[in-house]
Amino acid sequence: MSTPAIELRSATKRFRTPTGAAYTALRDLKLSVAPGEFCAIVGPTGCGKSTTLSLISGLERVSEGEVLVNGAPVRGIGDGIGFMFQNDAVFPWKSVLGNVAAGPLFRGVPKKDAIARARDWLRRVGLSGFEDRHPHQLSGGMRKRVALAQSLINEPRILLMDEPFSALDVQTRSIMSDELLALWELSRPTVVFITHDLEEAIALADKVVVLTAGPGTVKAAFDVELPRPRRVQEIRFEPAFVELYHRIWESLRDEVQLAYARTTTAA
Amino acid sequence: MTEVVDATAAGRARRERIVVNVLRVSVLVVVIGGWELLTRVGALDPFFFGRPSLVVLQIRDWIRDGTEAGPLWTQVWVTLQEALLGFAIGVVAGIVCGIALGRVRLLSRIFGPYLKVLNSIPRIVLGSIFIVWLGLGLPSKVALAVVLVFFAVFFNAFQGTREVDRNLVANARILGASGRQVTWQVVLPSALTWIIASLHVSFGFALIGAIVGEFLGAQQGLGLLISQAQGTFNPNGVFAAMVIIAVVALAAEGLIALLEKVLLSWRPPQLSGADL
Repeated sequence: MSTPAIELRSATKRFRTPTGAAYTALRDLKLSVAPGEFCAIVGPTGCGKSTTLSLISGLERVSEGEVLVNGAPVRGIGDGIGFMFQNDAVFPWKSVLGNVAAGPLFRGVPKKDAIARARDWLRRVGLSGFEDRHPHQLSGGMRKRVALAQSLINEPRILLMDEPFSALDVQTRSIMSDELLALWELSRPTVVFITHDLEEAIALADKVVVLTAGPGTVKAAFDVELPRPRRVQEIRFEPAFVELYHRIWESLRDEVQLAYARTTTAA
Repeated sequence: MTEVVDATAAGRARRERIVVNVLRVSVLVVVIGGWELLTRVGALDPFFFGRPSLVVLQIRDWIRDGTEAGPLWTQVWVTLQEALLGFAIGVVAGIVCGIALGRVRLLSRIFGPYLKVLNSIPRIVLGSIFIVWLGLGLPSKVALAVVLVFFAVFFNAFQGTREVDRNLVANARILGASGRQVTWQVVLPSALTWIIASLHVSFGFALIGAIVGEFLGAQQGLGLLISQAQGTFNPNGVFAAMVIIAVVALAAEGLIALLEKVLLSWRPPQLSGADL
């Protein structure tokens, strides 16, 4: 078997809360994602989904266990990684073109080449003609496209996505999902996509991983054997989709209820 | 239907603007006119309280005949020079230190308490020390202005650096930015909102520093005019200098507002009633 693109070996992550107590976000998490695989992670609120991505990206370090990317332990922020954040993380003071060109410019690509590549990527995400706008002048969906182009321009072999479309309305979200799949098909990077929307997870992914209510650990993993290319808006009516949805929801439901019960008793 | 509503709304807004302007001017007329009147009928002694018309005459005299310290424009320029130099040095030092301490935790832990102490002492008394150290000329006034400006800018730059969206920093780092690139291209632009807000008060502080410095001991400047007027029991001279200082300060404020508009053009326009 080839080396997995991403591997978490019994990863545990503890944070220190402001009061000084230790808070365990992830416990003994085991996860393996093959190169080119599209892996979705679902789980209830506060189960450490985002923490998982921080560990893979190198923004945070594991407390115990190991995180390997392409077989090597993660030390600091890796080169071949792209990250799409839940909230807008585009730079509000840069133009659309400046935002997309930021990655290559940070990495020392000559300005002319970086601008040319940025224009090319803006065309691919359908934002030609918006180069000089500032992010606040764009709709939510357009800002997501900028963020997507900003990440993909670095040609990452691993793309980490933290509920990237959760702030969008339902229609825009499924359009963005289709566009994401089309772009993903071009270079097939390894994707870890975090969402709380099970439908979105199944429609996009090759593998759906269910995490338990915090501290998060893997409860179950499901292979999604729906044919590609997929149409996100239509795939949800297929019997195989519905059947899979039921199976995963069976697994997820208890965790969601447990997490919800905690929020109501804590409050 | 909407057009009718718009038209009446626009009409109401225009009427409101006229009423506000009229009331605004009448406040000025009542205060200045009342002052003039009270000193003329003898309710207020012009020897102590001055008189608006005499203040105007004083300014005219200064413009025409010059002041005791030399031509008026020289005095204005001297004070302005001190304030501008102090402002520039204080702003740059404040930004550099604020961002450095905001970015490097160790530095802020070492220097934090000292800065709090320095900030809590009334820095204006340092003016006396600076005159002893640096003499009656320009450097002592600049030093006082720097000290006043520095802290205002420093605390804003520090806070602005601390409040930078962590997502933006994380995004920049993943996109490949080095620590220096994060500072210049993420931290500085996002702290700029805070820093520019501090510039509005800072130029006022720079003027205060220059004028108090001159007041404490100088051979030229608007502060000297005030202290001479005080020495000769001439309230009109004090008020005249105040008017000139106010004009300078308002002009500077206008320039800073312009700078703000240019530097922060990326921000969404503020929502206001007229645009909604």
